[in-house]
Amino acid sequence: MALKLATRLLCAAVLSVVLAGGAQAEDKVVKIGVILPMSGSTASIGAHAKAALEVATDIINNAHPELDKLPLANNAGLAGLGGAKVELVIADNQGSPATGQNQALRLITEEKVVAILGAYQSGITLTSSAIAEKYGIPYLTPESVAANLTERGFKWFFRTTPIAPDFVRIYDEFLSDMKAAGAKTDTIALVHDNTEYGTSVANTITAGFKAKGRTGVIDVAYAVNATDVQAQVLQLKEKRPDVVLMISYTSDAILFAKTMQSLDYKPPMLLADDAGYSDPSFIKAVGKLSQGVFNRSSFAVGPAGSPSAVIADMYKKKSGEEMEDTVGREMQGFFVLVDAIDRAGSTDPAKIQAALKATDLKPEQLIMGYKGVKFDEKGQNVLASAYIIQLQDGENYVSVWPKGNAEKAPLMPYKGW
Amino acid sequence: MSFVLVQVIVGGLLLGAVYALFSSGLTLVWGMMNIVNFAHGDFVMLGMYVAYVVYTLMGGGPIVGAPLAVLVLATLGVVVYFGLIRDIMKGPMLAQILGTFGLALLLRYSVFWWFGADFKSLPQNIVGGTYAVAGLRLEASRLLAGIVAMLVTLGLHLLLTRTSLGSKMLAVAEDATAAQLMGIRPDTMQAIAWAIAAGATGLAGALIANFFYIVPTVGETLGIVAFVTVSLGGFGSVPGALVAGLLIGVIESLSGFLIGAVYKDIVVYILFLFFLWFRPQGLMGKM
Repeated sequence: MALKLATRLLCAAVLSVVLAGGAQAEDKVVKIGVILPMSGSTASIGAHAKAALEVATDIINNAHPELDKLPLANNAGLAGLGGAKVELVIADNQGSPATGQNQALRLITEEKVVAILGAYQSGITLTSSAIAEKYGIPYLTPESVAANLTERGFKWFFRTTPIAPDFVRIYDEFLSDMKAAGAKTDTIALVHDNTEYGTSVANTITAGFKAKGRTGVIDVAYAVNATDVQAQVLQLKEKRPDVVLMISYTSDAILFAKTMQSLDYKPPMLLADDAGYSDPSFIKAVGKLSQGVFNRSSFAVGPAGSPSAVIADMYKKKSGEEMEDTVGREMQGFFVLVDAIDRAGSTDPAKIQAALKATDLKPEQLIMGYKGVKFDEKGQNVLASAYIIQLQDGENYVSVWPKGNAEKAPLMPYKGW
Repeated sequence: MSFVLVQVIVGGLLLGAVYALFSSGLTLVWGMMNIVNFAHGDFVMLGMYVAYVVYTLMGGGPIVGAPLAVLVLATLGVVVYFGLIRDIMKGPMLAQILGTFGLALLLRYSVFWWFGADFKSLPQNIVGGTYAVAGLRLEASRLLAGIVAMLVTLGLHLLLTRTSLGSKMLAVAEDATAAQLMGIRPDTMQAIAWAIAAGATGLAGALIANFFYIVPTVGETLGIVAFVTVSLGGFGSVPGALVAGLLIGVIESLSGFLIGAVYKDIVVYILFLFFLWFRPQGLMGKM
């Protein structure tokens, strides 16, 4: 019996050595760690982001001449590293900052990744990037917006997404244009949850609006994952703001749409701050009750044949969903990171860091509506920007602002259902 | 009194009736066999998914969905009783807590695996729409849930206090050994209690699904409400759960409207702790 067991173990050992040897003989592979919520209450975002990154990996690892404007698409693999292929190592943050931190440690010490992308929720990006900083591994967040992330004086941290101060500028210009077109925009209600995202964005917008002379701001806060939002909707109904600006994750966004319909409340203008309103499951669940809602987005499909349209098509084939802002930002961040590795021509962290610092991408090299990608000394992309899109028919967002990028004219007032 | 305030109170009462409905099963199981069911919120979640599946596969509304949810969940309740509860009841308290907690995770992540993490929702018009009565707006789906909730909670109370089955169940709750000597089978009675309790959560889930979002983790949000309702009403008391549910619903809505939505939970929990300080057994619980 013992002999039999020993023989089996020996066989297994030999087999594993052979397999490991085989793996080494393969093409050179660059491992990139990705931390995402694959379980927990925001797991729908994680699943969509994973599909998007797999599409991006396909674009990098195989030749896609139809996307020749994008860096990395034309040839197979990374030219700067002798055609090496990119491999994703996806780690689940489980919606918990502590888990995110452990996963960052595992990715760096055990998986030996050359860089990390992550981690959707700002609170988790905060903890996991601290580990990368300690180990001297480049960390890029494509989507976390909390302002403090880039205020820590980190050397290895980079962010491509627009953040709250950018939102203030975008909303202010958009509201001014809408006012010029005849809409009332004097009183603005900020409806937000009490998470890091909800409060930090609401505070920045309130302060920013005040500085720009917008004084009629009403604050309507609520607890995240609410069971009931009738009280808030009735509050809005009584105060009659000209504009309602929603800063909410998916579950609350759905509840607000349903409650607004049941209490028959329609603000003249409903403007959403991305997040839950960009989740495809929001549109499926209550898009028909939210016709005419405006939303901030850095992604627009664009004309047929453009890189964004081609990629939106690939993403739809892969996931069955329409491409939207969050997964677009995810992909864009990944492209920026891999482009830097390619230019570094090496997997040495310091060389990748230097390449990231030297990044200077033009709008036509991007899939998102940024004015480019260029990092300041804090690691923030100073050229990040966004469009305003509108859910005119309740099924698909169309870009309506700024004019230069608009597919259709904005429809007013808010239609609802 | 402003009109809006009346609307707030009515909304709170309807919400509270639903809280009462999904808490009644929890209080029943506790009253019968001193088990705290941590999987309770996830039972409600399963009821919601049954309603969703009925709608997407058969195009059926709550008339098909609600009874089917009761049936599925009642069966699950019996299976859970014989497969898990009967054995862990013999163990220490910690085994009971971890046992039902483990069950909660198993159910939650099975649904995750099968249906994915996306938010689902039943169409708004599946139950009637909204009635405007003298300026008040009453959502048919909430009204239906509220009325059914009150009827079922009262029905459960009558079943326990007025029928021979109820008497047998109460006898088992009081002293299982003595009841057995009187010819009552504790196993059967406790299995029936689980069937009823789980069936009630299934019904609650199917009714809530008409106006709430559906997602595998929704049980976490609802489970907490159920625990607060049950302990305020008094563990084991079905009418207590009804009164407590209505109270919490109204307090939540009023404080959310008058003080601020972020503070409504604080108001509810302060009043709750304050109340339990003076009456730890809850509104209608026994010491």
